[in-house]
Parts: sequence; C-alpha cells; structure tokens
Amino acid sequence: MTDATTSEIAPDPVLTAKPENRVWKKFRRHYSALLGGILVAFFVLIALAAPLLPIPDPAATDWGAVRKPPSWTHWMGTDEIGRDVMARMIWGAQASLLAGVVSVGIAVIAGVPLGLIAGYFGGWTDAVISRCTEALLAAPFLILAIALAAFLGPSLTNAMIAIGISATPIFIRLTRGQVINIKSEDYVDSARAIGLPTHRILSRYILPNVLPPILVQATLTIATAIIAEASLSFLGLGQQPPAPSWGSMLNTAKNFLNQAPWMAMWPGLSIFLVVLGFNLLGDGLRDALDPREH
Amino acid sequence: MLRFLIRRVLIALPTIILISIFVFALQKLLPGDPLLVLAGEERDPEVLEFLREKYRLNDPIPVQYLAWVGNALQGDLGTSLRTNQPVTELMAQKLPVTIQLAVMSIIFALMIGIPAGIISAVKKGTVTDYVANVVALSGRSVPNFWLGIMLILLVSVKWQLLPASGYVPLAEDAWQSIRTMLMPSFVLGTALAATMMRHTRSAMLGVLSADYVRTARAKGLSERVVILKHSFRNALTPIVTLTALLFGELIAGAVLTEQIFTIPGFGKLVVDAVFNRDYAVVQGIVLVTAVGFIFMNLLADMMYFVLNPRLREQ
Repeated sequence: MTDATTSEIAPDPVLTAKPENRVWKKFRRHYSALLGGILVAFFVLIALAAPLLPIPDPAATDWGAVRKPPSWTHWMGTDEIGRDVMARMIWGAQASLLAGVVSVGIAVIAGVPLGLIAGYFGGWTDAVISRCTEALLAAPFLILAIALAAFLGPSLTNAMIAIGISATPIFIRLTRGQVINIKSEDYVDSARAIGLPTHRILSRYILPNVLPPILVQATLTIATAIIAEASLSFLGLGQQPPAPSWGSMLNTAKNFLNQAPWMAMWPGLSIFLVVLGFNLLGDGLRDALDPREH
Repeated sequence: MLRFLIRRVLIALPTIILISIFVFALQKLLPGDPLLVLAGEERDPEVLEFLREKYRLNDPIPVQYLAWVGNALQGDLGTSLRTNQPVTELMAQKLPVTIQLAVMSIIFALMIGIPAGIISAVKKGTVTDYVANVVALSGRSVPNFWLGIMLILLVSVKWQLLPASGYVPLAEDAWQSIRTMLMPSFVLGTALAATMMRHTRSAMLGVLSADYVRTARAKGLSERVVILKHSFRNALTPIVTLTALLFGELIAGAVLTEQIFTIPGFGKLVVDAVFNRDYAVVQGIVLVTAVGFIFMNLLADMMYFVLNPRLREQ
C-alpha cells in the first residue's frame, strides 16, 4: 500500500542520505506508519494516564443511571449496572496493552535464545528445538491459548502466559532462520577465528544483526496478542470481572444489543484502532528496516 | 514424488508424537490433584479409587502417557464429565456443523480475497490497489467477534433480515440452514479474505513480471486472457497451498464465531468444555485440531506437486 506514495521513476532522495537518516526518512515518508505510531502513542498515553484522568471509578455502579446513552455526564454512556463506559474503556486500555506487551515479551525472551541456539549449533539441538516448534505451531494459536488458559485457570496473568507461550514458536522459527542466514558471514567466521567464546559471538555479532526482523515481528505480534487477549476475555478466560477489559465488555454488551448498542460500539472500535495501529507500525518498520526493499 | 511424500510423513511423525506429549502434559498443569477435579464435588473415596485405577494415576508418568496414547490411537479420547459421552462421539456430532461453517466461510473468502488480490496486483501502485490494501489491513485488524456483534445489531436487530443465532441442520431444511449460517460465515470469511488477498496479490505480482506474460501481451492477446489464463493460472499454486494452511485460522475463528452466533459446533464445544471443566474434551480437541493441521500441511505439499508438473519430474 505504501507503494502508492513512492514514485518509481524519479531518483530516490532517500538512497543518497546517510544510513541512519535513511531509516528515519523512509519511515517518516510512510504516512500510514506514522498514523500507526500516532494511534499506538495515543492508547499508550491514555493507559498510562488512567489514574490521573478526571474520570469516575470504573467499578463504581450507579443504579440511577443504568444503560444510559452517551451524554455530557457520561460521554460514552453507562453499562448494565450503571458504570461509566468511558472510565472502563480507559482502564481497559491498560489491560489490553499490558497483555499485548507482556505476552510478546514472554514470547521474545523465550523464543529468541532458543532460536539463536537452534540456528547457531544446528544438528541435534536444532532438530529437537525445531520439532518442538513445529508441534506448538500445529495447534492453532487461539486454541492453544484457550487450552492453556483453561488448564492454568482464568485470569489476566494466565491469559498473558498462555498467549506468550502460544506466540513463542513464531520467534524461535524467525530467529533460527535469520541466524542460519548470517552465521556463515565473514565477520562471524573471523570472530570465531580470533577465538571469541560462543556466548560472545552470539550476543555481540549475531544477535544485533537478527534484531531488526524480530522487532518488526514483535510489533505485529503485539497486534495479534491484543486480539487474542480480547478474545480470551470475551470468552471469559482473561481479565475477570469487575476489572475492566475490552473483551469482557463486549461479551456483556452482546446481551444488550437491543437496548444499549453503544456498549458494544466503543470496546470493539478501540480494539480495532489499537490493533490497526500496531499493524501499520509493524508494516512501516519492516519497510524502513529492510535494506533490500525498493 | 513418492519418496518425497514418505519423507514428509516421516518428518511429521515426531511432530505428532510431541503434540501428544504436550496435550498430555496439559493435565499436569492443573493446580492440585487432577482427580479431585475429575471426581467432582462429592469426592467419594470409592469413586476416587476407581478413577485412580482408570487413569492409572498410581503408575509412573511415562506409563500414564503410554496408556493415554494407546487409548487415543484406538479412538478413545476419554469420556466427557458433563454428558458422559465418549469425547470422540461428541466431536463427531459437532463436526458437520463446523464443516458447514468452514466451507461457507471459505467460499466467501475466495469470492472476496482472490478477485481483490488480482485487481490490486494488476493495478499495483494505483488508488485501487491502495484502497484494497487498506481494506485488507482493516480486515486483519478488526476483531471478528466484534464484526459479528455489529452485523447482528444491523442485520438482525435493526433490519430483521437474518436470524441472529441458532443452527438448522442442512439435511432438515437446506434453505433455512444456509440462511442462519450466512452471517457467521461472512464474518469468518472476511477474516480469511484479508489473508487470501495478500497471498493472491504477492503471487500475482511475482507472475506478472514473468517473460511468458510479456510474450502473451506481445502476441496481442487481450488483457483479460493474459491476466486470467496466463498469469492467474500460474499464480494459483501458492494460493491453493496457502489456502490449505488457513486451516488454523479457520478453526480459531470458528471458536469465536460459533460463540457469538450460538452455533453448536466444534468451537462452541471447546468453550463449553472449558467452562464445565471438562478437561478430556479440551485435550481431545487440541489433539485433533493439531493433527488436523499437520494433515493439512501434508495435503498442501501434495497439492504443490499436483499443481506444478515441473516439480514432479525432479
């Protein structure tokens, strides 16, 4: 989609710039990536500022204002037991983003070292790790997360662990492939030749070079993880009531579609926007960090 | 080709064994004694002893695992605690429902994804391409359970065109069955269409710059023939194989879709099982979907050969 903004014939001013400028310029040129960044920044800001904002307590019920449509007192309306929907939306942003970042963090911390080891050492180590990865990848992401959340017991923490474990094989496979690509490069060979210990070669020479694609994948996986958390909460396997979460809000809203459609509007719209943000950002990062494209 | 296939099956075997170990290990994640969960509220000592015997919980873990796998190979995945039915029987009952949903969703996905992919590849870099990509990206970002809820709000509540939930077996009343399934399969289908559009677009882009396409154009063939006969046919191979790999997305999507539209299928079964703490059913479903996915992978590899005669000769 970003091709539309790139002229194919005109000399590319970006290519003549210094490398560090080039990445930034390419990134900035992609308005869609910028839009993604703005969306993500907006939700992160809201989530961080939740305790400071002048909003009602997200758990405070008001039986005099049950299922009230949006108004000046309640900008996004109230829910089935009179809680302010906007306050719940803002606190829900915290749960959503936390789930996205923490579960991807788990996946990266577990997956990248395993991928490094599998790719660098090859042989039996690789065979064992790769078969395990394939086995985990065979179970559909959400099914695996549901099963793990079911056996671990429903809570936001367990949902994050479940999503993290389900996303780990993605990072193992990606890292492994990248390492195999670069481990026969001259600079790796020479590091080995001067007798550097393996852990130094892995951390100083290989890791920095495989990091960019991992960063891109992590951004895109946060998008998937946020949807997965919302799905688990929607099914009742994530954030437990009365703590607010976009997914569980949608689950309740589904029962009041006739009387209070706004209850279903906001959480879904927010999930959509924040996920779109991470997807745009990830696509933009990929274009900016990949030296081969265009 | 046969040698390649045998090799593929041999590689798949350890993966399947590992999956079975993972699925078996799931029950060890249960906090506390799984038996207390299995035995229910009463915890009659006799029942406990019976279950301990039945699940061989007095034996070492590897023996327990082998017994479990042995049973699974004979089609015995345990018994549902809720309905006392064998898990395999329960799954067999729900399967036709999900297959109908899956088939109708794939039809939607193909109808939307492939034309959109072809058009955006042919018109690469134009506004049309841009719009198609924005729509596909939105499709990837929208939580499909929300899309389902919004459609119910619009189509069922406001316009009262289609039923909001329920299921009618195809054999009972075909028309009504398709009508109730229309909205759910559209929701699931659009989610798949986004992926399919991206695959089609990149496959077409790869083909459109090929020499034979230029030759076809140089011969003066009409653009329609060039695109549909010369380009699309060659782009079809990756599209077909990738469609087989959408299986995972399809099953996961079915869980949520069935939940929203209260369709008594595979996905509803797993969610209900989770809430009823019916762990044997959850294990059975994870095992069956994972093995199903590996099978689809094999199928995709085979189709690659069938569709691409050049590979067969090697």
